[in-house]
Amino acid sequence: MRRRSGWIVAAVLMLLVSACTGGAEDGSADGRITLRFQSLAWQEESVEANKELVAEWNATHPDVRVEYVQGSWDSVHDQLLTSFEGGEAPDIIHDASDDLADFAYGGYLADLTGLLPERLKADIPQRSWETVTFGDGIYGVPFLQEPRVIVANATWLEESGVRIPTPEEPWTWAEFREVTKELSAEGKYGVAWPLKEPVSATLNLSLSAGGQLFHRGADGKVTVRFEAGDEVVPRTIHDQVNTDAGASGSTLGSSGSDTLPGFFGGKYAMVPLGFSYRQQIVQQAPKGFDWQVLPAPAGAEGLAQGVSPQTLSIAEDSPHKKEAAAFIDFLLRPENMVRLALGDWMLPTGTQALKDPALHTTRHDWATGTALAGHLRSAPAQSVRGYPEWKDKVATPALQEYYSGAIDLDELRRRLEEDGNLVLARYQR
Amino acid sequence: MRTSPGARVGQYVALLAYLLFLAFPFLWLISTAFKPPQELGNLHPTWIPQDPTLANFRQAFDEQPLLRAALNSLLAATGAAVIAVLIATPMAYVMARHRTRLARAATGWVVVSQAFPFVLVIIPLFLVLKNLRLINSVPGLVMVYVVWALPFALWMLVGYVRAVPAELEEAAAVDGAGRLRTLVSVTAPLLAPGIVATALFAFITAWNEFFFALVLLKTPEKQTLPVILTHFIGAEGVADLGPLAAAAFLATLPSLIVFAVIQRRITGGMLAGAVKS
Repeated sequence: MRRRSGWIVAAVLMLLVSACTGGAEDGSADGRITLRFQSLAWQEESVEANKELVAEWNATHPDVRVEYVQGSWDSVHDQLLTSFEGGEAPDIIHDASDDLADFAYGGYLADLTGLLPERLKADIPQRSWETVTFGDGIYGVPFLQEPRVIVANATWLEESGVRIPTPEEPWTWAEFREVTKELSAEGKYGVAWPLKEPVSATLNLSLSAGGQLFHRGADGKVTVRFEAGDEVVPRTIHDQVNTDAGASGSTLGSSGSDTLPGFFGGKYAMVPLGFSYRQQIVQQAPKGFDWQVLPAPAGAEGLAQGVSPQTLSIAEDSPHKKEAAAFIDFLLRPENMVRLALGDWMLPTGTQALKDPALHTTRHDWATGTALAGHLRSAPAQSVRGYPEWKDKVATPALQEYYSGAIDLDELRRRLEEDGNLVLARYQR
Repeated sequence: MRTSPGARVGQYVALLAYLLFLAFPFLWLISTAFKPPQELGNLHPTWIPQDPTLANFRQAFDEQPLLRAALNSLLAATGAAVIAVLIATPMAYVMARHRTRLARAATGWVVVSQAFPFVLVIIPLFLVLKNLRLINSVPGLVMVYVVWALPFALWMLVGYVRAVPAELEEAAAVDGAGRLRTLVSVTAPLLAPGIVATALFAFITAWNEFFFALVLLKTPEKQTLPVILTHFIGAEGVADLGPLAAAAFLATLPSLIVFAVIQRRITGGMLAGAVKS
């Protein structure tokens, strides 16, 4: 017995030593450059598309080898922060524009202004570049984005006789409220709002009604003002839940995925979700379940809504920024951008890619989403310093309480403005 | 005092309810791992999959290097457990048997060190390991796990050493055994359940650990299971539930097996009747 334990300890130590010696650093001893590309792709098709593109690059660029590194959305911020601090960040970084502000202001990301080719700059519209512009620099290339849409039970809507909205003739917010009221009955609801993260959903949709919430003064300082345009979306949701019983109160703390069983089970007629949720719906919907994508309601500003696109950035510490930019340019050629978009069930930002017929089919309602691309704007808060703290400490609890009926609109306004401005002021001294 | 049959039935019912409560998440995980996507979206979920499938396991293995990650986890956890026990056992013996001011201060420091959160140490730790060229290596991770597990392992073992009566060692000395002989032949066997329990604690802590592994390991070939599992989770917490459950189920098995194999040693009751009190 004792001899056997000794063997086990020896074997473990040997394995440890072999693991230690097996980890040679990435080097360029043969003169080749190696770039590390950390991708956050996670769905099967998306990972496949990314890996294929890396393989295609490596096959045609023998001097600049790209190594695919798998990251995770779940922990990307902490992981990148420590990598930056330790000087070990990947050369090419996949992230989202609302996560870039701290890294850009902190000097961790390279300014891409002079690195990107004109083709790419011209292909992506200015409104998308605004999502990655911090100060005078551009710190990422926005390449995929998704509008928030309404996924509806097509049979239920058809049988009810309500007008079916289109991107050309969307519902107004008032009309949407009426429709959800009409669709509701005992134990059934017109809509289920999955508002586990209520702030970004509310702010982004509020752009349609002219809501801005964050106002930048002449001195560059930002203050919160909850005005008429900002009230429309929160009031609609609040009234659907608390006045009309047109929306389920039990899903207010749920994620989008949590609402799907109720949607498939005929409990909710509609669920507002990100456009990419279609992939889950296709996978999970029961046989014969007929669903369709509708545009989110429109307000004074039409179908405008805020988005935080997925981005590709280059680490400031990377010794091969030019090569990294060339790889990004390759990855985001129109035909490649389409492959990435299809893999992630999202919309490309590139104007050329958006013209691809694959994104205009009625299959899985790609065409409805593509028709909304021109209305997408930079999410209102993403360049505001102190936004994460304002969101977590002030806005999230205030909106959750308002939606559940615990506080009224005046109290919501007071908290967002008074408490919120105190938080923001600390970041703007 | 004899327990009445009614009370005995009640005890068993309570025990069964408690076991079910503890087993619920694991049973649900198993159930989810074998369900096709359509069943995962069912408003009225069932315990037993109506149309069981292995597709989730196949997809999990296709998409992520699970076997490699399991081997990395096994190396890191076993290495951490073995080294932590090797270091902690003699330290614990000294601290338990020689109650000096220094030993008391050391015990206090051990308790205080448990209060340090991960985020406080991660960046300095990252820089230290980088200078030692141990970033992105399993031995570097083992080192961190050993340091992280050591205070609690030490604290546990001090308790076990104190439970071994000093009179036994004195009796051995009276019979002519030397210091080393006493330690090897008398104290060590009696400490075995404690050592096994401590090793198990260090193993499971390292096996489940996520944050250090996430930050310190860069390439997929080096990553451990908890890090690989997050690759099934997308933006805004959307998860690929079936493959995630399948991979999580497989990741749970080794620690369950290790526990099942050595749990008898922990509950050995080797001290029963050793001395008369």
